[in-house]
Amino acid sequence: MSSTHNANHYYVPNPVAYPVILSAGLLALASGFIFNINNFPAGKGMMIAGALVILGMIFKWMGSVIAECQNGLYTKWEDKSFRVGMIVFICSEVAFFAAFFGALFFMRVISIPELASFDPQFTMYKDFVASWPSAGPGGVVLGKDYVVGHLNPMEAWGLPALNTFILLTSGATVTWAHWGLLKNNRKQLVLGLFLTVALGIAFLACQAVEYHHAYTEMGLTLGSGAYGASFFMLTGFHGFHVMLGTLMLIVILLRSIKGHFDADHHFGFEGVAWYWHFVDVVWLGLFVFVYWL
Amino acid sequence: MSSTTAAHHDEHHDHPTGIMRWLTTTNHKDIGTMYLTFSLIMFLVGGAMILAVRAELFQPGLQLMKPEFYNQLIGVHALVMIFAALMPAATGFANWMLPLQIGAPDMALPRLNNWGFWLLPPAAILLTLPFTLALFGIGDGAIATGWTFYAPLSIQGGMGVDFAIFSVHLLGVSSVLGSINVIVTILNMRAPGMTLMKMPMFAWAWLVTAFLLIATIPVLAGAVTMLLTDRHFGTHFFDAAGGGDPILFQHLFWFFGHPEVYIVLLPIWGFMPQILQTFSRKPMYGYKAQVISLWAIGALALVVWAHHFFTVGMPVPALLYFMYSTMAISLPLAVLFFCWIATIWKGSLSFETPMLFATGWIVLFGIGGLTGLVLADVAADAQYHHSYFVVAHFHYTLFAGGMMGVMSGVYYWLPKMTGHMFNERLGKLHFWLTAISFNLTFIPQFFLGLAGMPRRIPDYALQFAEFNAISTVAAFVLGLSQLIFVYNIVSCARGGKKATDRVWEGAEGLEWTLPSPPPYHSFTEQPTVK
Repeated sequence: MSSTHNANHYYVPNPVAYPVILSAGLLALASGFIFNINNFPAGKGMMIAGALVILGMIFKWMGSVIAECQNGLYTKWEDKSFRVGMIVFICSEVAFFAAFFGALFFMRVISIPELASFDPQFTMYKDFVASWPSAGPGGVVLGKDYVVGHLNPMEAWGLPALNTFILLTSGATVTWAHWGLLKNNRKQLVLGLFLTVALGIAFLACQAVEYHHAYTEMGLTLGSGAYGASFFMLTGFHGFHVMLGTLMLIVILLRSIKGHFDADHHFGFEGVAWYWHFVDVVWLGLFVFVYWL
Repeated sequence: MSSTTAAHHDEHHDHPTGIMRWLTTTNHKDIGTMYLTFSLIMFLVGGAMILAVRAELFQPGLQLMKPEFYNQLIGVHALVMIFAALMPAATGFANWMLPLQIGAPDMALPRLNNWGFWLLPPAAILLTLPFTLALFGIGDGAIATGWTFYAPLSIQGGMGVDFAIFSVHLLGVSSVLGSINVIVTILNMRAPGMTLMKMPMFAWAWLVTAFLLIATIPVLAGAVTMLLTDRHFGTHFFDAAGGGDPILFQHLFWFFGHPEVYIVLLPIWGFMPQILQTFSRKPMYGYKAQVISLWAIGALALVVWAHHFFTVGMPVPALLYFMYSTMAISLPLAVLFFCWIATIWKGSLSFETPMLFATGWIVLFGIGGLTGLVLADVAADAQYHHSYFVVAHFHYTLFAGGMMGVMSGVYYWLPKMTGHMFNERLGKLHFWLTAISFNLTFIPQFFLGLAGMPRRIPDYALQFAEFNAISTVAAFVLGLSQLIFVYNIVSCARGGKKATDRVWEGAEGLEWTLPSPPPYHSFTEQPTVK
C-alpha cells in the first residue's frame, strides 16, 4: 500500500466505483418513480432495481469506510474533516426542515387569514372553511361519511407528548453511552446504545399508531388542506429521519459490540449521536408548532 | 516551495486508465476537469436551445415551433445554463484550484467529491430526457413553466415537471456535497502558516458561496418536494382550495433563487481580483474590505428574495423592506467594484486574453448591476417586470458577469492545467467577438423591454421587429464565436507551446509554484506559508 500514514500525510482514498454506480441507481430510482406516478408500467421494476443498487452501494461504501477506520488510516487530521463535514451536513438538514416550517407558518399566519377575509359567497371552493386547522376542499371525509366543516387537530397531550418523552430520554441514553465510551466502559456503551435504538423504534411505533388513528378515525389525511399537508409532511420527513437515525444507531451498536471505537477515536459514534440530537431538536419544534400551538 | 520539490512526490500513479480513470477517480484535478468539461458541454447544449428560440423570435409570428415547445426551450435553457453550466464551472475551478492555492494534498473528502460530480450527468439526463420521450409519444415534453416552476402552472404541467423536480433534487444533493467538501477543505486543509486572512480571495469567495448553498439548496429541495406532493399526492401547499397559496411557492423558490445569483457570481468575484492583480503587476487592493464585502453580500443575499415578485401583491411595509434591503446590497458590491478598479489603477497593465475578459467583465457586469438597481425600485419595477428589460438585465449579470468571468478564469488557468499555452490570437478574437455580439444581442432587449415587450412569449407586436432581428443575428454570432473557445481549449489540451511554471509574469500564489501541468498528486507534503 503506497498510503503510509503519518501526522503530515492526509489519507486520499484509492479510485472507487461506488459513487458512480450509486448515481446510476439514483437515476433508475428517480425515473422509475416518475414513470410510476405517471402510470407507466415500467416504473415499478426500475424503482426496485434502483433501490437495490443504492442499498448495495451504501453497504459497500460504508463498509470500506469502516475497514479504513479499523486499519488506522484516519488520524486526527481526517477526523477533523469528518467532524466539520458532519456539522455542515446537519446545517443543510436544518435548512430543509426550515422550508416546511416556513410553509406551515406562511399558511397559518398569512394565507388562511387572507382567504378567511374573502366573502364566503364568492369562494370557488366547495365547503372550504378558512380557519385553522383547515379541513381542505370537500370537508372531512371518513370512509363513506362526509362532514362539512372543521377538522379536529391532533391532540398534543396524548401520543405526541409520550413521543417527546421517548425522544428526550433517547437523547439522554445516547449521551450516557458516550460517557461509557469515554470511560472505556464497553458495557455501558452497548447498553446505552441498545436503549437508544429501542426508544427510536418505540417512537416510530407510536408514530405509526398515530397515523393510523389520523387516517381511520379522524379523517386527517395528506389531502386535508394546509393542516393535513403540513402535518404529514413535517412529521413524515421527521419520522423518516428518525428511521435513518435508528438504522445508523444499529450499525454503531453492532460495531460497539464488535469492539470498535475507543475513548479518543470514535467519530462514527459521535456523528450519529449528533444526528440523533438534531432529530430530537426538530421534534421539539414539531411538538410545539405542529401539535401544541 | 520551489517548483521542483513537488515533482518527486509523483511516485504513485496507481490509478486506472481509460474510462475507468474518470468514473472512479478520487483526484481533485480529474474531478475538476470533469466538472469543467461537463460545464462546457452543457453550455453548448443550453446555447443551442436558446438559438432555436432566437430564430423563432427573428420575425413576428410563429414560424418554427409551437408555443408549448418554445416554453420548454426557454425553461430548460435557463435550468441548463444555471445548474449545469455556471454552477459546475465554479465547482470545477474550486476542485482544480483550491487545493493548489491553499497547499492541500487534495479535497478533504475525495470520494464524496467523485459522487458530487457523478450526480450531474444523471441530473442532466433527467432534465432533457422528456424531449426524447416526447418524440416516442411518451409524455408531452420537458418542463414548460420557465426555470422558476411557478405554481399553479407547474402543478398543471405534464410529466416534464416531475423530471425537472427530480433533476433539481440530484443537482441539489450534488451542490450540498460540493459545499461540504469546499468548507471542510478550506477550514481543515490549509498549508501550515496560511491563516484565514492570508487565504487567496478565491477561497474566501467559495467559503461564502458554500454557506449560501447549504442555507438555500435544501429549501429549494423542500419547495419542489411540496410541488411533487401537490401534483401527485393530494396536498394543498400551493392551492388556495385547501388554504395554501401559490405565492408561498414564489417565496420558497426565491429564497433559494436570489442567493443563487450570488452562488453563481461569488466564485468569480473570488478569482477575478487575482487575475486583475496578475496583469496589473501590483498587489490586490483592499483585501480586508473585499473579504468583509463578500460576507456582507452573502448575508444580505438571504434576506432580499421578494424583490423578484414585487408585482404579485404584497403589503406596503414588505415592499419597502425588500426594496431597501435589496438596494443595500449595492453598498458592499460598490466596495468590490472600487477594489477591482483600484487594483488595476496605475498598474503596469498588459492585455492578454484573461485580462481582456476581466476588464470587459468589470464594465459589462457593472451594467448588469446598475440595471438591477433600477429593478430594485418598487415603483419602477412595476413597469419593467416581466419585460425584456429583465431578460437583458439578468443576461448582463449571468452571461457577462457569470460566463465571461468563467471564460477569463479558463484562459487564466488553462496553461496551468494543460501545461500548454493556448492560441493568444484566437483567444483575443474570441473575446472581441463575444463582447461585441453580446452587447448587440442584449442592448436591443433593454429597449424592447422599455417599449413593453413581454418576456416568455413566442410572438410579438410588429413594432418590435427590427430590434428583435438585430438581437437574433447578434445572438447567432455570439453562439458561433463560442466554437472558437471550444477549439482553443481542445487544441491547448492536445499540445502547443510549453507553459512555464509561473505562466503569467505577475502571477502570485501557491498554484504557480508547481509545474505546469501539476503532478497527479500535488502537495503530498504541505508547503509552509510565511
